Amino acid sequence: MSKLFPKSVNKLPLQILIFIGLTASIVAAGITYYATPKYSRVGYAPVQPVPFNHALHAGHLGMDCRYCHSNVEKSGHSNVPTAQTCMNCHNQIKTDSPLLAPVRESYASGNPVPWVKIHKAPDYVYFNHSVHVARGVSCVECHGKINEMEVVHHAKPLSMGWCLECHREPEKFVRDPKLVTNLDWKHPGGTAAQIEEGKKFVHDWNIQPPQSCSGCHR
Amino acid sequence: MRYAYLVLFFFLVTAISVLGFRGSTTTRPPLEIFPDMDHQAKYKPQAESAFFADKRTDRPSPAGSVAFGRTAIQSDGNFLAADDHMYRGTQADGTYARGFPSSITVDGKLLERGQLKYTIYCAPCHGAIGDGNGITKQYGMGATPTYHDERLRNIPEGDIYHTITAGKNNMLSYADKLEPADRWAVVAYVRALQRAQTGTVADVPSSHKSELGLK
Repeated sequence: MSKLFPKSVNKLPLQILIFIGLTASIVAAGITYYATPKYSRVGYAPVQPVPFNHALHAGHLGMDCRYCHSNVEKSGHSNVPTAQTCMNCHNQIKTDSPLLAPVRESYASGNPVPWVKIHKAPDYVYFNHSVHVARGVSCVECHGKINEMEVVHHAKPLSMGWCLECHREPEKFVRDPKLVTNLDWKHPGGTAAQIEEGKKFVHDWNIQPPQSCSGCHR
Repeated sequence: MRYAYLVLFFFLVTAISVLGFRGSTTTRPPLEIFPDMDHQAKYKPQAESAFFADKRTDRPSPAGSVAFGRTAIQSDGNFLAADDHMYRGTQADGTYARGFPSSITVDGKLLERGQLKYTIYCAPCHGAIGDGNGITKQYGMGATPTYHDERLRNIPEGDIYHTITAGKNNMLSYADKLEPADRWAVVAYVRALQRAQTGTVADVPSSHKSELGLK
């Protein structure tokens, strides 16, 4: 009986197995890398109806975040400013700028400027801005260095695991509430001093970030 | 077998070139691989409504709304904003009231609160010391008056309160940013700024004089 297959075929099953193994690990690596908010959300920078420049207003001019997001200390929702807030200055500054036309129109008509929301918590997450700000969690911890962004992009993943990083070790992040809107602030004493002071804040203010489901999901 | 590896390599390169890397900026909305219950049929603040004609979920007060029972309950000034001094800065005859409302205690805490709010909302135009030289002046903001002239030193506190509430000339209302108690805190801080400009050596407590090199 003559040979039906050449001898090299003997290696084929092993080669196929190796190939399948390699393909599977590439797919697994790809899913790990891509199917996470670190990829899907971070970097989202939509085109806004008015190209508002945070680097200019919050960075260069040194305006406090709360000038526009004025309810952040009182409300769970950090508000997008009204057109009147813009007009406080822009009724005299750059009054003819075509870029500001949607703001003037909104101020005149009362219809809101259709800003595009960037940071969205899912509807089953009950995030409260005021409790975080009141206990010294800075804007920068979740939104990144907005004061350096000409166009705001989604800087942090806002995934549940990422929330828990801070809820498990708040001392690494909390600071004096007076400094929450100072996005450039870092503890002058470095990480060790931050943790030491953070532990004091956590103790003095009785900070107990919930790690149970019902802390954030209702 | 070599071809299989070439095909795999081709797919890998294609996938990476299409998907890019983590953190690269994009104008496309985030991919939702599993939407779960991310979008529920409920209203969230400042969201869009499909029901109302103006598409606003936050409903404005209907025109002509008045505080209910305002005259009926005079004993508690905070109830329904019945205290004219506190909520409108006026006295019974409609003129601006001097001094602070009875429910406001002027102390260090109030001034600290006032300083915080003043720095956020007022300092961009009025300047950190109230001289009208805020950062906006360099960008073409019209003349912002200084607090340090006789007229503004002598106006009633209620008038300052009313200016914050309703705005004046080019200044728009700050009522949506400062609640009444905070407005009074800012009034107190404005008074402190005015007082600071007329300070003399006699105002420095004797215990602090040596720190400043005074006798």
